[in-house]
Order: sequence, then structure tokens, then C-alpha cells
Amino acid sequence: MNGTIPAPTIEYAQLAPMLVVFGAAIVGVLVEAFAPRYLRSAIHVPITLLSLAGAFALTIWQVVKGVPTKPAAMGAVAVDGPSLFIWGTILVLAFVSVMLINDEGHFVAAAAAVPGSAEEEQALHEGAGHTEVYPLALFAVGGMLLFPAANDLLVMFVALEVMSLPLYLLCGLARRRRLLSQEAAVKYFLLGAFSSAFFLYGTALLYGYAGSIDLAKISTSLSVIGGQETLLYIGVAMLGVGLLFKIGAAPFQAWKPDVYQGAPTPVTALMASGTLVAAFGALLRVFWVALGGLDWDWSPVLWAVAILTMIVGAILAITQTDIKRMLAYSSIAHGGFLLVGVVATGAAAGQNSKALSAILFYLVAYGFTTVGAFAVVTMVRDAGGEAWHLSRWAGLGKRSPLLAGIFAFFLLAFAGIPLTSGFFGKYAVFQAAVSGGALPLVIVGVVASAVAAFFYVRVIVLMFFSDPSADGPSVVLPSRGTAAVVGVAVLATVFLGVYPQPVLHLAQNAAQSLFIR
Amino acid sequence: MTTHYLVLSALLFSIGGVGVLVRRNAIVVFMCVELMLNACNLAFVTFARQNGNLDGQIIAFFVMIVAAAEVVIGLAIIVTIFRTRRSASVDDASLLKY
Repeated sequence: MNGTIPAPTIEYAQLAPMLVVFGAAIVGVLVEAFAPRYLRSAIHVPITLLSLAGAFALTIWQVVKGVPTKPAAMGAVAVDGPSLFIWGTILVLAFVSVMLINDEGHFVAAAAAVPGSAEEEQALHEGAGHTEVYPLALFAVGGMLLFPAANDLLVMFVALEVMSLPLYLLCGLARRRRLLSQEAAVKYFLLGAFSSAFFLYGTALLYGYAGSIDLAKISTSLSVIGGQETLLYIGVAMLGVGLLFKIGAAPFQAWKPDVYQGAPTPVTALMASGTLVAAFGALLRVFWVALGGLDWDWSPVLWAVAILTMIVGAILAITQTDIKRMLAYSSIAHGGFLLVGVVATGAAAGQNSKALSAILFYLVAYGFTTVGAFAVVTMVRDAGGEAWHLSRWAGLGKRSPLLAGIFAFFLLAFAGIPLTSGFFGKYAVFQAAVSGGALPLVIVGVVASAVAAFFYVRVIVLMFFSDPSADGPSVVLPSRGTAAVVGVAVLATVFLGVYPQPVLHLAQNAAQSLFIR
Repeated sequence: MTTHYLVLSALLFSIGGVGVLVRRNAIVVFMCVELMLNACNLAFVTFARQNGNLDGQIIAFFVMIVAAAEVVIGLAIIVTIFRTRRSASVDDASLLKY
């Protein structure tokens, strides 16, 4: 045994966007360690924003240079059309969310200090702020980039954790309503760790079945190995639990409203957009690349999950009295609509790329609208922080028509009214599902959309047609960052709703080559 | 021969899973999650033996590192909520519901 280990070849150029984000995160940790407190924020903000912009530029460069046809890093990471599209989406959404995070006053001065204690007083007095949020957010974004591009199950598990661990911490850092925030962090952490244990055990069983964790090798072994179906089916089911948890599909949706409500609103915006996009990318890759030959078995289960998710999301949203919880249930329902697209795959490559491009477009459209909606939520404030209770939003349209109008527009986009981005997203997904033979799912989807439209419209009616209470919430003048976020989200929602061709085209091109193996 | 190890790993995983569902103390719940991860490691190593390649053993190392990182984050979160609430029971933390 004196053989030398061959050095692996790593295509650094293809991985460059991720490396830039991770590198900047590590620099952020060093800044946290060595820079004086008063300088930290001034150093972090440019590093974070520049690295995200740089990673986006590198992604574009990759596309211009030509999409790679072989997985990178010895088959561990697949930088293909869908990956690059998802990377671009995540990076833009993360950039926008960091601009929200950047806004003053969302994060606690010293997370370790008990609320109302002398230590906290002191931390506030010193003007401390949790500048760790920037490197934490960058690590989370790096994990989000790796998650959908991972081409073997171990890399996918590591990416899942790299994405989730910083988010658990970020959830617990809200400045106001600390108990809610910490409770959200505990719940998210315990349930998240529980679900990733399922993902890992599923990986172990598939490794036992196929003798490899490489997605392509699992796929080829499906047709070769017989007689170990128990191992395979239990493995796939457990893997599915881990992935569906991250999406927030019913029956694994319970964490979503709690976490979305308790987390600081900018972090919620990052989770609601970036995590969903990344998790759908990973789900698609696992079920198409590794388990494509098994679609007769998993497709009925995903049918049931999609139907349940749409119904649970739409119906429970009606009963909500809290604006952030309502948006969380709306996010669950949208996850269900996206799952319709996942089910709408077929044997033919044309059908697959159609469904894939529909999902990619939907993710972009939904991501921008949801970041915008949460940005608006940060601006409507009470004495005790953001006004979350729906009754507080009554009559907002009379007090500040512009803000209420923008929020109403976002809600209409969630509902999928024509001339908004949501309409084309839903249309593309449902059309792909119809041509894929999933008509019953589309019918459930349309009914769920109608139910969902009811509660969106209810909020609009509440804002515009009821009288404002005397001690209603005040709308703070947004900082430049928040205003820019809302502006970008409105523009994206209008643009994708009126003139969706460029992005649809891009999504179709990305989906053309499907996932590489 | 390796079947025994697989049965043991499934058992450990189930004990962990049931523990997460029935125990109240956040620390104990968290320990149960760690038990589940270690059950996965046992399965990986056993399958590595069965398949005759080293992948599973390498994966076990990665899982240990991830589990260590998870401990750091988890204890930080649990200790923080213990300090504010003076209780680590997952039933007490019930402000967020419905």
C-alpha cells in the first residue's frame, strides 16, 4: 500500500461565485475579531454587498463563457444551467435582503444578555450592535448556493447545514419581542436538526443500496440492482422528509409560521426568498438526477404532498390575525404550487425542461414579491416595534396611500392577478402540469389560489375601506436601503408581469440542458 | 454479520426519534438528535464494510464535524432561551402558535 493518492482536480473558475461568498464571510469573521467596534459596520456593509455583487458578476461570466457540461470538483458540484440560474436568483435576492438587514434597529445589541438586564443596558449604552449578522448571512447564502448545485448527497448534507446553522442563529437576534425571537430560534433549530438527521439516514440507506452517494451513480444503480427495494424506498422517503421540511411542505410545515413570525423581519425576507429557491433546486436535482427512474413510485406521494400543502397553506392563512404569519402560510401555499411543477415532469425531455423552466420563473417572481412584502412590514411600526396584528393595519390606505398601495400590489401578485409577476408564474407552472397530465392537481391549485385570493383581498379591503384607529401604527420614513428594496421589488413585480419574455427566455435556456450528471 | 450493526443503528435512530418527540427538556431533545446522527454514522460505516469501499468511513468524519458545529449553535440558542425564561422546557416556550 505505497500508492500515492492522486490529487483531485478542482475547477476553481466554475466554483468562483461560491468561493467569493465564503471568502467574504471568513473575512467578515476576521473583521469581527480585529476591527474596533465603531468601524465594524462600516467595513462589513461594503464587503458583504460587494462580494454578493461580485459573485453575481462571476455567475454571469460563467453563463457568457458557456455552461459547463461536466460536474466540477471530481463530480461533487454540478454547475449547470439550472444551477447558474438559481445562483443568479439567490444572489440578487440575498443582495436585496442584505440591504434590509443593513437597516438600523432590527438586531439586538447583545444576544447573550438577558432582556432588561444591566448587561443589556450597558451594551445599548456603548452603542453595540450585532455586526455578526453580516458574516452569518454570507455563510447562509454560501450554503444556499452550494445546496442546489451539490451533485452528491454528502455535499448536499453539508450545504444544508451550512445554510441552516447561521439561519438558526439569525432567527434569535431580533431586537424587539426577544422572547418570540428566541422561541423561534429554538423551534427552528430543534426541528431543523431533527429533519436533517432524517436526510442523513436516508443518505446512509441509499449509500447502502447503491454503494455510492453520487447522484448519477444512484441513478444507474436503480436499473442494475434488484432485490433491495426496502432499503431504497425507506431511504428515498427519509431523504424526501429532509428536503420537504426545508421547503415547508405539509405535513412538515409547522415550523414555518412560527419561525417567520419570530425572526427579525429582514432575516425572514432572506429565508422566505433564498432558502425556498435553494431547497427547490436541491429537491429537483435529487428527484430528477438520482431518482428519475423511480418516478412511478415517488410521483404519487408528491401529488398527495402538493395537494395537502396547497390546501393547508390556503385555508390556515384565512384564520391568521398576524401579518407575518399570514405571509408564512402564503409561502407554504406557494410551495405547494411549485410542487405542482415538480410533479409535472414526464418521461420526455421536452416536458421536463418545460416544467423546470416554469419552476425557475416562478421562483424568481415569488422571491422578489416576498422580499418586497416583508420590506413593507418593517416600515409599519407601533410603539413596541413593527405592528404585526392585522387589526393595526386597518385604514392604512387612508393614512399612507402609497405604502398601502404598494403592499396591496404585492398581495395581488401573490394572488396571481394578471399584469403582476405572480400571474405568469402560476400560469407557466399550471400549463406545464396540464401538459404533463396532472389536471386534477391543477384544479386543486386553481381552487387553492381562489381561496388564497380571498385572504389577500381581505387585507386590501381592511387597509382601504375601514377607518383608521386614532392610535394606529405610524409609517416610518424608510431608510434609503429599505426604500430601494421596495422599489426594486415593485419594479421586478411589474416588469415580470408586463414583459416576462426576457426572464422566461432565460429560464427556458437554463432548463434546456436539464441537470447534468 | 453486518446486519446486526444495521439493526443496532436503526434501533438507535428510532430511540433518538422517539426521544425528540416525547422529551420536554430542550437539552435532552438535542441529545436525542445527536444520537440520531451517530446512528447514521454507524450505518455509514457498516455499509462501507458491506460495499467494500471507503466512502462511508469518510462520510462519518464529515458527519462528526457537522454534528460538532451543530452542538455549538444549538447550545448557544438553548442557553440563551434558558437565561431569559429560566427554563429549558420546550413546552414552556409557547408564545408562537396557530
